[in-house]
Amino acid sequence: MKDISCRLLVLGAGPGGYVCAIRAGQLGIDTVLVEAKKPGGTCLNVGCIPSKALIHAADEFDKAMHFASGRNPFGISSGKPALDLSKTIAWKDGVVGRLTTGVSALLKKGGVKIVEGWGKFRDGKTVEVETQTGLQVIRAAEIVIATGSAAVELPFLPFGGRVISSTEALALTQLPRNLVVVGAGYIGLELGTAFAKLGAKVSVVEALSRVLPQYDAELTRPVGKRLRELDVEVMTDARAKGLNPKGEALIVETADGRKKTLAADKILVTVGRKPMTEGFGLEAIDLDRDGAFLRIDDKCRTSMRGVYAIGDVTGEPMLAHRAMAQGEMVAEVVAGEKRAWDKISIPAICFTDPEIVTAGLSPDEAKAAGIETKIGVFPFQANGRALTMTKEAGFIRVIARADNHLIIGIQGVGDGISELGGDFSLALEMGTRLEDVAGTIHPHPTRSEAFLEASLRALGHALHI
Amino acid sequence: MAEHVIRLPDVGEGVAEAELVEWHVNVGDLVREDAVLAAVMTDKATVEIPSPVEGEITWLGAKVGDVVPVGSDLVRLKIPGEDAPAVAASSAQAKQKAQTEKTPRKEKQPSAPISERPGKTTAPRELREAAQPPEKRILARPGPARQSTFGPPRPEGLRPLASPAVRLRAREGGIDLRQVPGTGPAGRITHEDLDAFFAKGAGAGRSAGLQPKTGVEEIKLVGLRRRIAEKMATAHSHIPAITYVEEVDVTALEELRASLNKEKRDNPQRLTLLPFLMRALVRAVEAHPVVNSLFDDAAGVLHQHGGVHIGIATQTPSGLMVPVVRHAEALDLWGCAAELTRLSEAAKAGTAQRDELTGSTITITSLGALGGIISTPIINHPEIAIVGVNKMSVRPHWDGTEFVPRKMMNLSSSFDHRVIDGYDAAVFTQRLKALLEAPALIFMES
Repeated sequence: MKDISCRLLVLGAGPGGYVCAIRAGQLGIDTVLVEAKKPGGTCLNVGCIPSKALIHAADEFDKAMHFASGRNPFGISSGKPALDLSKTIAWKDGVVGRLTTGVSALLKKGGVKIVEGWGKFRDGKTVEVETQTGLQVIRAAEIVIATGSAAVELPFLPFGGRVISSTEALALTQLPRNLVVVGAGYIGLELGTAFAKLGAKVSVVEALSRVLPQYDAELTRPVGKRLRELDVEVMTDARAKGLNPKGEALIVETADGRKKTLAADKILVTVGRKPMTEGFGLEAIDLDRDGAFLRIDDKCRTSMRGVYAIGDVTGEPMLAHRAMAQGEMVAEVVAGEKRAWDKISIPAICFTDPEIVTAGLSPDEAKAAGIETKIGVFPFQANGRALTMTKEAGFIRVIARADNHLIIGIQGVGDGISELGGDFSLALEMGTRLEDVAGTIHPHPTRSEAFLEASLRALGHALHI
Repeated sequence: MAEHVIRLPDVGEGVAEAELVEWHVNVGDLVREDAVLAAVMTDKATVEIPSPVEGEITWLGAKVGDVVPVGSDLVRLKIPGEDAPAVAASSAQAKQKAQTEKTPRKEKQPSAPISERPGKTTAPRELREAAQPPEKRILARPGPARQSTFGPPRPEGLRPLASPAVRLRAREGGIDLRQVPGTGPAGRITHEDLDAFFAKGAGAGRSAGLQPKTGVEEIKLVGLRRRIAEKMATAHSHIPAITYVEEVDVTALEELRASLNKEKRDNPQRLTLLPFLMRALVRAVEAHPVVNSLFDDAAGVLHQHGGVHIGIATQTPSGLMVPVVRHAEALDLWGCAAELTRLSEAAKAGTAQRDELTGSTITITSLGALGGIISTPIINHPEIAIVGVNKMSVRPHWDGTEFVPRKMMNLSSSFDHRVIDGYDAAVFTQRLKALLEAPALIFMES
């Protein structure tokens, strides 16, 4: 097969890689994108998008159950709903399909050449791709590594059979009767909650003392409460030890040291993700590492000239929007623009019930940084829109510097609050002060008013509490 | 409320006017008694004008750079108190007393106390800012204009606060935002701040690659720098100068200097070359008294002085100053050395008195190790001669049979050719050379 030469080669078509390739194409850079699977990566195919689809379907089913039971304040009653999970999954696949097709179209429009197959470094300027039609050698002036991450496997609970990762969980066509989730991080809780709403009996095993341990207790409290309402059994300070001899149940060591056997049709292991640094011939170019991740500088350059890395392979937070921003920046760097990573905020959202948004510093982080703060919290119990939706759990919290009222952190938990994440991030990037938010009209009646009120409260004159 | 007018006080003997070099206050400021209102410059020294009363500034009588006649209205203040006369006037004297105490001088009290304040006179931007219309503020001491009027500015060490669009523009323009003062809320850097920074032409070159700097900064010449500029222009346009350079073998002189320093080891005063030159100058003037003259070219009169008052061109933090060693003919070598040290330190510290900065009849200019090979000194008008000292170095010298290493030094001396012929200039310089090469001659009684 004839060798290809190009200016830029992007290895991996996840949200980092495809954005990088599209932007490079826009900038007139001769770009080749190498991907073994469909474009979109984990995010589009087996992550963000399909999980949100499943969560939405579960919410709809949960509503229908409440209508059927009459346990709703609206006076609605209906017949008992039924679920055909295979149809749900087919719909989800349709959504994913539309998006991946869209990405392909964008790449094509940008003049990006896509080479399907598994790419491997031969040296810092050459990648060979095992395509269906043979080995394709690609020489590139510059290479972007965007290989992403993969679910971490527990050695005593290897994936296979009943033990599944999030990828398989999003493709189940049969609802498991008993689902055990190992690891109460955001992925485990998002999926666990969805399956509980769909009717599965869900247990969550977490080694640490509370769910979502990366968030502060204030933020996770409404989520814990909701899990109890959904009859999800949450076992904290508990360790999964492995399958029972028959292979049909999970043995768990509880906080008091006793062994407990949890019957499980499926065991979903969500104990974290690891960077994909193996299988790409990275040993051939021996890049500097930062722990398990590839070390990068503020232009996403690795230790080798002309080799960049973006996305999950470069470290935390492993979030699609971070990878996208990096990918866009690298394309511009390659095009010769002056760019460097200077983001103030990488917001994170947890699509649990209710949702959690974090942007900037938490109160504890601000304290650890030695910053004197003013903090304002406004609960949705005092927000009209929240009341009209019968979803009053949660609050918005604003953290500002005490000396000049510069907002340094915004967090919130509440139904549908994910949609406010962009505003929070914008506020941080723009260098907003409490007075700026307080002086901005927030439309009534919306949940966004809680942001205004939290800022007012930090200033000492909230109006509606 | 009553109005109080402050007039420009008589800041020195025979001074009819003074240049305003700095305002410490703005209209609308509240000032306390004794707060410094302004600085004015006379001849070569700056005098601060304090407020004799407490009140609110309502009017400033001059702009920075203006020459103000003594006794004219300088500042008007609104002072509290209903019984006060409608207009009171004073010629702020309080601060002068205080200053006299601060800078005591030996035997005779100077005609005017003088305070050179290095640095201040070279900060025109700050001055201009201070002259802008202000808000009310109490001035305990003069301070720079406020950066932002929208709450506390960006705390030290905090990352620069700017929107993503501003950050991108700065990056593309090669500007480090940490260098850019932010005027927005909480010290936020706005597009306008960036425009101002670009206009200044600062920051260019900080990023990779060479970049053209397009900014032009206006630096208004005020105070001492303006005086220097004027004097130099006068000297250069009035005096057709001849510069005569001669080589001097100072080996013997250096040996003498070393042994004198060694002998007087307990004396903290070390002899440099200059006291020898001063004494040699005195002896050369004895033979050629005309070079020690002031030329009043308007009257067509040459004032030939008996006393040799040697001006010593001295680099100070505020610029070139010429303190004067008076009656060098009446000072011995050590006396010259002591007076030289005292005056140059006073000039550098800004404590030199007016009469220590005026009245020279002949001038020496020396840059020591920076002296170069030759120079073309500008005559200190209305003097007619200036002796420039160049760098001393060991050079090969042909003694008739062989090359020997000798400590050699050039003297570059300028003379007013209107009154000094080339021949006289040469003879005078040769006399100086003879004295310096055989230093015993300097000390011989004539």
